[in-house]
Amino acid sequence: MDPVISLDGLGVKFGGRPILKDLRGELRGRAIGLLGPNGAGKTTLIHTLLGFHPASSGTARLFGRDIRTDAKSIRALVGYMPERDSFIADMTCVHFVRLMAELSGLPSDAALERAHEALFYVGLGEARYRKLGTYSLGMKQLAKFAQAIVHGPRLIFLDEPTNGLDPPARLRMLELVRQIRDSGHAHILISSHLLRDVEECCEEILIMKDGRIASYCNLEEERKANLKFLEIETRGDSDAFAEAVGTLGCEYALTGDHRIKVVMQDGIEIRDLYRLAASEGVQIRRLNYKRDSLEDIFLKAMEDSDGRL
Amino acid sequence: MAVYEHTYKPYAGKLTPEWSRFLIIPRHAYKDIFRSKLFTGFFALCFVGPLIFAIMIYLHHNINALLMLELRVRDLVPINAEFFQIFISIQGGLGFLLTVIIGPTLISRDLANNGLPLYLCRPFSRAEYVIGKMSVLMILISSITWVPGLLLFLFQSYLEGAGWFGNNLRIAVAIFLLSWVWIIILALLSVTISAWVKWRMAASAALFGLFMITNAMGIIINELFRTWIGSIISLSILMQTISDGLFGLRDSFDMDLNEYMIAPVWSAWMAFGLICALCLFLLTRKVRAYEVVR
Repeated sequence: MDPVISLDGLGVKFGGRPILKDLRGELRGRAIGLLGPNGAGKTTLIHTLLGFHPASSGTARLFGRDIRTDAKSIRALVGYMPERDSFIADMTCVHFVRLMAELSGLPSDAALERAHEALFYVGLGEARYRKLGTYSLGMKQLAKFAQAIVHGPRLIFLDEPTNGLDPPARLRMLELVRQIRDSGHAHILISSHLLRDVEECCEEILIMKDGRIASYCNLEEERKANLKFLEIETRGDSDAFAEAVGTLGCEYALTGDHRIKVVMQDGIEIRDLYRLAASEGVQIRRLNYKRDSLEDIFLKAMEDSDGRL
Repeated sequence: MAVYEHTYKPYAGKLTPEWSRFLIIPRHAYKDIFRSKLFTGFFALCFVGPLIFAIMIYLHHNINALLMLELRVRDLVPINAEFFQIFISIQGGLGFLLTVIIGPTLISRDLANNGLPLYLCRPFSRAEYVIGKMSVLMILISSITWVPGLLLFLFQSYLEGAGWFGNNLRIAVAIFLLSWVWIIILALLSVTISAWVKWRMAASAALFGLFMITNAMGIIINELFRTWIGSIISLSILMQTISDGLFGLRDSFDMDLNEYMIAPVWSAWMAFGLICALCLFLLTRKVRAYEVVR
């Protein structure tokens, strides 16, 4: 099966200045997170995939279709929720979403029906006859989301979807994203600088820095790998305890302040650690399953990047 | 994705043909435009002219009516190329007013609200967007210029006989082409101004000003340098030149142009082409999903 997004040495220049540099890789996840600091090139990458900016070198493919030659057919497969306020003034929301559906090729009647459905789906059903100009920021975000999904795209680009949302609205937005992801009918690419949003929704993460890919991680695999990763806080001779843990065949690292990170090996259980601590005269004050948070991964990527997946 | 189900489902129904999608823009625009009773009234008034011209044609062929009105045929305006040229110029003027009312907001509203990415992230090109916006005007102005013009021509042909139709086919072609030249100029200028001037009043003023200023400039250049170059700079003289060329008339509007001021028809067509090219260039600079700040 074709990857959702395949980057093949993609480069983009504005006025001779390189913005995206030799991006390579394949993304296949249901929900893909695009992370990076401001100016990393996240939005430019989305725009390039949509055909807004021409590629200066290399190319990219969406579902096997080349952005250089099949831009129009690609745009028939995607939905896009822009970061900035984007709407058409003096229109009711249902009229706006219907217009967008029709522009995507839906016949007028079907477009109206889908517009109503999409607005109910995102939670704007009761406000759908109000003009967009009267909407709050959160409602405008939902209206943008509705227009992105109204035509039932196979891939949905969400550029900073939780920007400006209050906590309940943010949770609602993330819940919608998860629902669509779990429905299996569409892939989602979320560009955000909010690590928590991405962590909650995405299974595959692409971290960008200075127009390059700083890191790629499959969160699902990371989560599985981190299941045996423990952080232990001790009272007593931590060094001796750590060495004793090492004799069990576990990898360990002293992180200071009486804390030890341990990777548990098969056949070793928590009770073995307690026994060991008792024999070494060390108290275990706290014991947590610890995973490398996305923040750790992100910060690590920011420190060092080689530009390749 | 039924309203009560609240689940996401892809769309599996049929799609509209790609070539017809630009027409979605005028269809939705008219819903908005015709909500104004003032505009609807003005648009209805635009059809009074064709009605009056139809009555004039009818009177030419109805002796009883002439007798009742105590008129003689020679008192009436003759039905010839000039008759239809006057009709198109009057209707073209009304088309200009329609353009001043509708044109300035066509693209500026989308630009002001960052709406362009929403259009262009779909299987809908920049060209289709511009054609869609232009067709808002093109359809309206067509309905008051060449459509009634050709109907009047057919009416006259019907009343006069088949011979008149064959002998005056050039008039029909002139009605059609002149209307389209005018429609294209108005539509292109207004969408270009709309793309560059976001404030509605300023855009309307710019459209008016463009005709006034080019007219004044053209006349000054003609007078100063005793040349016809100014006649192709002035949009109104340019249109008159094209109109005269198409209808086979010479200085029909009696604009007091000296002989040296009358531009050759080919130069007017060239100027028309240049105006179109300039507008298209300016549109390609502005109608983009996102403006790249270099």
